[in-house]
Amino acid sequence: MSGQRQYELVYVVSPQASEQDVTDLHAQIEATVARFGAQLAKTENWGRRKLAYEIGGHKEGTYVLEVIDGQGDAMKEIDRRLKVNEQVLRHLVVRVDEELRAAGRVRARRQVDAQRHADKRPAPPAGPADAASQPDLEAAEDDLGGQPEA
Amino acid sequence: MADEYKRSSGRGGRGGQRNADKGVGQRRTLFRRRKVCKFCADKIDYIDYKDVRMLTPFVPERGKILPRRISGVCAAHQRTLQTAIKRARQLALVPYVTD
Repeated sequence: MSGQRQYELVYVVSPQASEQDVTDLHAQIEATVARFGAQLAKTENWGRRKLAYEIGGHKEGTYVLEVIDGQGDAMKEIDRRLKVNEQVLRHLVVRVDEELRAAGRVRARRQVDAQRHADKRPAPPAGPADAASQPDLEAAEDDLGGQPEA
Repeated sequence: MADEYKRSSGRGGRGGQRNADKGVGQRRTLFRRRKVCKFCADKIDYIDYKDVRMLTPFVPERGKILPRRISGVCAAHQRTLQTAIKRARQLALVPYVTD
């Protein structure tokens, strides 16, 4: 678990590069990924889109996203290669596994909270409905206390 | 989307709902609306730098990051939003500055 990390790589290829260049570049990354024993989890070509600002006189670029499961050394090599490549206007490597895990934790916690809320909610309407039922209230309280920390 | 943000003076805006019938002297209170963190409301846990449509409302015309005193984003989400915008800027998805 500690060994494997997930990275997201986005790179922007110059608009002058042909489709073939883009696929070549992708093949190169794929080869590097394989050489380091990492896995390519996902590839997404966003196609050509407008840049928010000019980079080297270019106003648009081809965006490609790759999600890679592997070690840091693979990413280091890919990063180096992209830096050298002149057709790549920009690239960004982000390690996402920890962030996604944190987001998952928040989601899980919210679900637990929502569950607790749902358990709690039936009690108040039940109270006014049959006002003098003391045992009912106690039962509800027990129910709450007995709720295990999921 | 920009009309979702209500401009209020940051300091005065904190107090929540005060009685609006205090008088004309407090005309700023008239437009006070409770600001809710968009990300908390929509239950977005991970603010993705790749999702430009999510980020653009927080990057106004000028290219600066919208302060949370205006957008109403909670502190935790503003921090993650900040890193997301900064990453998106590196990839030219979102501008650094525009004049």
